[in-house]
Amino acid sequence: MPYHYLEEVGTADIAFEATGRDLPELFNDAADATMNVMIENLKAIEPLETRRIELSNDKIDMLLFDFLQELIYFKDAERLLLRVRDARIDEKAEKYFLKTEAAGEILDPARHRQRADVKAVTLHGFSVERENGGWKARVLLDI
Amino acid sequence: MAIIDSLQKISDTIWELPATYKDGMRVPARIIATEKLVREMDEAVYQQTGNVATLPGITRYALCMPDGHSGYGFPIGGVAAMDPHAGGVISPGGIGFDINCGMRLVTTNLTLDDVQPRLKEIVDLLFQRVPAGVGSHGFLKLSHGDFRDLVEQGACWCVEHDYGWKEDLELTEENGCISGADASKISERAVERGYNQVGTLGSGNHYLEVQVARPEDVRDKELAAKFGITIPNQIVVMFHCGSRGFGHQVATDYLQKFLKVMESKYGIKILDRELACAPFDSPEGRDYFAAMKCGLNMSFANRQVILHRIREVFSEVFGRSAEDLGMRMVYDVAHNTAKLERHVVDGKEKELLVHRKGSTRAFGPGSDELPARYHETGQPVIIGGSMETGSYLLVGTASGAETFFSTAHGSGRTMSRTKARKQWHGKQLQRDLEARGIYVRSTSWAGLAEEAGPAYKDIDEVIAATELAGISKPVARFTPIGNVKG
Repeated sequence: MPYHYLEEVGTADIAFEATGRDLPELFNDAADATMNVMIENLKAIEPLETRRIELSNDKIDMLLFDFLQELIYFKDAERLLLRVRDARIDEKAEKYFLKTEAAGEILDPARHRQRADVKAVTLHGFSVERENGGWKARVLLDI
Repeated sequence: MAIIDSLQKISDTIWELPATYKDGMRVPARIIATEKLVREMDEAVYQQTGNVATLPGITRYALCMPDGHSGYGFPIGGVAAMDPHAGGVISPGGIGFDINCGMRLVTTNLTLDDVQPRLKEIVDLLFQRVPAGVGSHGFLKLSHGDFRDLVEQGACWCVEHDYGWKEDLELTEENGCISGADASKISERAVERGYNQVGTLGSGNHYLEVQVARPEDVRDKELAAKFGITIPNQIVVMFHCGSRGFGHQVATDYLQKFLKVMESKYGIKILDRELACAPFDSPEGRDYFAAMKCGLNMSFANRQVILHRIREVFSEVFGRSAEDLGMRMVYDVAHNTAKLERHVVDGKEKELLVHRKGSTRAFGPGSDELPARYHETGQPVIIGGSMETGSYLLVGTASGAETFFSTAHGSGRTMSRTKARKQWHGKQLQRDLEARGIYVRSTSWAGLAEEAGPAYKDIDEVIAATELAGISKPVARFTPIGNVKG
């Protein structure tokens, strides 16, 4: 399972742990974990529209923070549900750079089964770490 | 040693974690609750309240209300008063992302007998007119410029544009518009996330409920009458929502700004990044205060437009005007705020920045902050329970000084959403509730399951704790009959 939700963290909110063999996989999984809090049937999100996302940050955990915020931004500003498949992450001169094209569609209540709106990514216990040769992130979303 | 063993019982409703409990605590942490509620709280509540006690400028105690549960940074139910004249800080994590998430209560002159036969029609129409759910957009079509005006003017903007009555403003904290909101301190991104969302409920624990005040549940008839509850089995409407994507973005923007300057510029060390803060009296602190006030105003405006829609729905169903149906506001209270207030500390009056995160301001009789009609009664306090159990109207008390005149805001969760979702199923829950006389509409079955009554504390126990602690006093209890769930 590339991500799972934690029962004992954040009583009113939703926490998850995501893993990936490398950073792009971790970012994809964390994006799906965030979207899956809002939409139960992720497969129903058709890749009809794309948005280019380019971000940079000195710290890898804050790059993930910015990236997840980006998905939440499109959800509110355009009601656009996005999924990511090919994030490219480079490290140059002690800085991380992310480039990806996210694809998805406008929320359709008839086809997309809603769960709970995500207000924000919190920094409470937020972490991105190397584990067993891969990567692991822990995130608490404000609901 | 379990942390609960470090708690010292000060009275039946005060439990103290001494300032020696962990490094950096400047004041003790106090949980205001009965022993039963304290024992039910998750350990993170004590840790988080203890972390709040380390913040610069904190005055007397870091507090947690009886409905407290673990949050991020501050616990939910957290109250902290910072002295801005002694290096006191302002912290987005002490307010919450959903700035001014709050409650509004509206009366009608209808009774259960009038409403019962039309209940489904009313709830279905409310569900249609007050959009809820993931990223929902409202009916108001505003330009970015209009929206910037709205967040500076709050509910006043709405009343000026015919979405409400003049009287509504008087019955809202800060008269529906907190002064000092400055739209030049908010990002374009925050505007983009919010300008389409005025008049929407959101999701999670946000709801709009049709409730009944049964005669046996009116605890203080005289006060209830002063608040507009006068008829046996009177119908009221209560709703809970906040500043939507706009407020969430304002908080996120400043959380990141504070993280960059907090330690390097101001030498402040914190125990949780969600406690990111800046001195109130600093350029960053003042900017956030002015931006956060825009969030406050957006939320007042959001609830004002929702009230307008509720009045339209009732008016349409009953073929009478909202005025004729007696759809007057009782009050509008804010949960997630930081406000400058005057409080007496050690015999001296001081100006303090009171952070309330999942806590209701509860001023007692005689407070100058209250509208003339509530000057003698004290402030109405609206506390929502789960959709299955009931909600309360209370009043602030003169004895609330210990908590900087703050009380609970809801019943408080005992079970995580992820766990609740595994225990209940939304469709079944809707059928069960309907059999019990509560008609529910929701955008999400899973979301509904997460809000099941048993995932919350016993609301009656929470209310009793606030009364026993002398921080608010129950006036009437309301039973839900119809619910729109986000």
